[in-house]
Amino acid sequence: MQRIGVFVCHCGTNIAATVDVKTVAETLGHEAGVVISQDYQYMCSESGQNLVKNAIKEHNLTGIVICSCSPRMHENTFRKAAAAAGLNPYLVEIANIREQCSWIHKDIATATDKAIILGRAAIAKVHLNAPLIAGESPVAKRALVIGGGIAGIQTALDIAEAGFDVDIVEKQPTIGGKMAQIDKTFPTLDCAACILTPKMVEASQNEHITIHSFSEVTDVKGFVGNFTVTIKKKARFVDETKCTGCGLCTEKCPMKKVPNEFNMGLDNRSAVYIPFAQAVPKVATIDPNYCMMLKTGKCGVCSKVCSVGAIDYKQQDRFIEEKYGAIVVATGFNPINLDKYDEFAYNQCPDVVTSLELERLMNAAGPNGGTLLRPSDKTHPHTIVFVQCVGSRCDDSKGKPYCSKICCMYTAKHAMLIREKYPDTEVYVFYIDVRTPGKNFDEFYRRAVEQYNVHYIKGMVGKVTPKSDGKIDVQASDLLANEQLHINADMVVLAAAIEPDKTARPLATMLTTQMDTNDFFTEAHPKLRPVESATAGIFLSGACQGPKDIPETVAQASAAAAKAIGLLCKNSITCNPCVAHSDELMCNGCSSCEKVCPYGAITYIDKEFRMPDRTTKVRRVASVNPAVCQGCGACTVACPSGAMDLNGFSNSQIMAEVDAICK
Amino acid sequence: MNKNLKEQVLRSSGVNVLKCMRCGKCSGTCPSYDEMEYHPHQFVYMVEKGDIETLMNSKSLYKCLTCFACVDRCPRNVEPAKVVEAVRLAAVRMQDNNHLSPDQIPAMLDDELPQQAIVTALRKYAK
Amino acid sequence: METFTYYPGCTLRTKAKDLDVYARSSAQALGIKLEEPADWQCCGGAYTTAKDEIATKLSAVRTLNAAKELGRPLVTVCSACHNVIKQTNYDISNDEDMAAKVNNYLGLAEPYSGETTVYHYLELLRDVIGFDELAKKVTNPLKGKKIAAYYGCLLLRPSKAMAMDDPENPTIMENFIKAIGAEPVIYAQRNECCGGYITLEDKSQAAKRSNAVMNSAKDQGADMVITACPLCLYNLKKNSEVDLPVYYFTELLAEALGLKEASNE
Repeated sequence: MQRIGVFVCHCGTNIAATVDVKTVAETLGHEAGVVISQDYQYMCSESGQNLVKNAIKEHNLTGIVICSCSPRMHENTFRKAAAAAGLNPYLVEIANIREQCSWIHKDIATATDKAIILGRAAIAKVHLNAPLIAGESPVAKRALVIGGGIAGIQTALDIAEAGFDVDIVEKQPTIGGKMAQIDKTFPTLDCAACILTPKMVEASQNEHITIHSFSEVTDVKGFVGNFTVTIKKKARFVDETKCTGCGLCTEKCPMKKVPNEFNMGLDNRSAVYIPFAQAVPKVATIDPNYCMMLKTGKCGVCSKVCSVGAIDYKQQDRFIEEKYGAIVVATGFNPINLDKYDEFAYNQCPDVVTSLELERLMNAAGPNGGTLLRPSDKTHPHTIVFVQCVGSRCDDSKGKPYCSKICCMYTAKHAMLIREKYPDTEVYVFYIDVRTPGKNFDEFYRRAVEQYNVHYIKGMVGKVTPKSDGKIDVQASDLLANEQLHINADMVVLAAAIEPDKTARPLATMLTTQMDTNDFFTEAHPKLRPVESATAGIFLSGACQGPKDIPETVAQASAAAAKAIGLLCKNSITCNPCVAHSDELMCNGCSSCEKVCPYGAITYIDKEFRMPDRTTKVRRVASVNPAVCQGCGACTVACPSGAMDLNGFSNSQIMAEVDAICK
Repeated sequence: MNKNLKEQVLRSSGVNVLKCMRCGKCSGTCPSYDEMEYHPHQFVYMVEKGDIETLMNSKSLYKCLTCFACVDRCPRNVEPAKVVEAVRLAAVRMQDNNHLSPDQIPAMLDDELPQQAIVTALRKYAK
Repeated sequence: METFTYYPGCTLRTKAKDLDVYARSSAQALGIKLEEPADWQCCGGAYTTAKDEIATKLSAVRTLNAAKELGRPLVTVCSACHNVIKQTNYDISNDEDMAAKVNNYLGLAEPYSGETTVYHYLELLRDVIGFDELAKKVTNPLKGKKIAAYYGCLLLRPSKAMAMDDPENPTIMENFIKAIGAEPVIYAQRNECCGGYITLEDKSQAAKRSNAVMNSAKDQGADMVITACPLCLYNLKKNSEVDLPVYYFTELLAEALGLKEASNE
């Protein structure tokens, strides 16, 4: 005979304000098998837990039901309390009467009725609970970082610092990411390359770090501590181990008209190229879309000039497979496409540029060697208009609903740098709000206004008309002066919204992690677990999780590293015992479960069975690897013969819950 | 603040003025801005405040070209031109408050003017 | 020969005969039969966006319903008519309350709820005939002509309802210009208002707008401007001081197809 205890939590007023907890406790006390039913203000508090522990001992309980918040919050707390009192922790059931009841109802009578029903369901389930013992699985002592921008580099350096091996997979030919393209950084105006490139070099020299540049993750299998990842090493037609990065091939390559993506297409590169001087690895890559040898079989100049014989036109994509204990996603961001916003004439006029393009126009390694010149005629611009929030803060039908967060600061930076270097240039910034929270950030923006006399105008540009004399008419509103302005500008700079990299969504599918509607990775908890994904062993670093500036990115990158290190330090991790198992006598060997299992936990084995007539027969049956199974339950639903069942969530338990609810 | 008038304008326009984030792009793009006493963003804000009568008495009502530039370019999808239209209708629907009467028209015509202009103006200026 | 229901609108019968005549002759040459519904009425010239304006929407619904009963898509050519009819159709399809009120007024045999497909003549060229096909039928290409396409506001906006082209980066008229053998000129004011009906009351405001459009077109090197709207044509010609010819796009179409003289007989 079961002896069940029921404990109803008030959660202060979170539950008690909408649910009559006394009635719930009293009503559930009359359920079959329930020997004690109590309510308490904070069941998760130490005294609340003691109440539970004492009741277990005093009443010799065989199972307990806690009516409280979501099991995501405190299931672990109560399992530990039960274990401390000598009860198997898997004999604890949570009835969620907060998120699924009190928070969503207003009427006390309705909410109370529902809380009772949820409690009954949990009691019905706990009747059928069996004690479970958690197993252990080993942890592969190696981490994978996907993305080699500042976020990925920082995470990798920190993990390596702790003594663990870490691989960086970067889809571009070099690590460095967006930060490598940036000229100066706010709020200190130090040169981005000067602070980034030492970290890039450190990453390449660290014996614990392996950089897979020009590579992509194509498949992820396994689970926390035990991921198996396939990495595609794209053919760069250059042998990385031989190339010395001398750059002779890039000089001699006759195909020089390839838009240079590192300079945002503002100048050209050769078909064989090294993205920039400090690239890591400093290895050439041949662009097959432009290389004459690869396209027509006629040329071969680079091969002839290469003194070490590194050029290999026959190179193929290679796939490697590695085991990792932890994965950190650091896939970063991109500015949005501006086709939808051509009232700003971005597609009509080369002198209407994005802020990232302006970074290159101002950079010493940029197309103009660091002199700010207009792309159209290479003259100095004397009037520059900055437009904020292009595609940010929009209604869903018009653009991104979020604030891109970095634009206010980088625009203040651009405006200040221009006024510093070219004092004869008038700079206008059209803003909706200036958002500069952060250490020394608002002071920075105020300097742009007060010290550098940048004209900040509250209002928005409504129409940009390029003219044949090279001037650009910028029509805008000045809301404070209540007038419409026409500025005769030489350049217009658009603060384009940023969005997650396009590779993020397919990657999220591979990793079985969640994303929000904007394709930013979702953290496990917005406040308390900001660098972990909801999938165990997958961590988040940098702008893949949401818009971030460099200081914030680096802080989060180190936080993600700390979480990954915490996992890698363990020799083994406790497995979830709520895993699937197959009733071999019922299994018909159809493979349905194997096909739906996202973790590859199910295999089929040929097993000998003794038949009633004393003969033996070999049958093909499903076998679950409990170390790999994550208990998602997909197989139990797919199994046509009902052979698959899940510990702790058995078919009979779920039916008992449904019966209790429908009673 | 005239609550009934505000409700009437909100219902008639179908616009949720609370979506406005006060960026002023509508007024930045409006081709009639200089001719207007109250500008598109002010229409939205004044309707939110319920200050409809001031707008109803303003000639700005008849300066909107209904070119829908503000409607298409508003980042928040507020559709200011629909607000202007709703206020204008509230005005011309009042007795003896037509902005244009048919007997004024002959003096405005020339040989080439398409009647499209007249029909449209009557739609906009009179009930 | 495929048949479409054709709604010319009143201005095309009077001040904008060119727009109509060339549209018809060209359609015929391109294998399209345009058939007017009986007893069509003026569209009203401007769409009233107000949700509580029902009566002003009825004539457009009658036209749409006539096309529905004939079982054919509806083709318009005047930008204003197209805008009114397309917006009406959009609202009827998306606003149940409005659809119910409209149908209460009209008392049609079967309620109209947005079933008719509406094409602008340019869309007919792009989506039914195809610009590539059109280019093949051009006998008199307008070689060397630099033509500025003037969309104005009515063809493109509100883009949600009009759904003809990208409202900020339109290509339909430019591709039309290429198909007839000429060179399109892109200029920023191509999708800004010409002043519209304000010309009736305030010539100076209309002049300001028309000049802005024409200056922008001329500035970018256009030899001529084309439009699909009689009122735009009027404003750009009459209210602007810029010396640049303005034509209906159908006139150039007829010219390219070698039909211009025949059309006027």
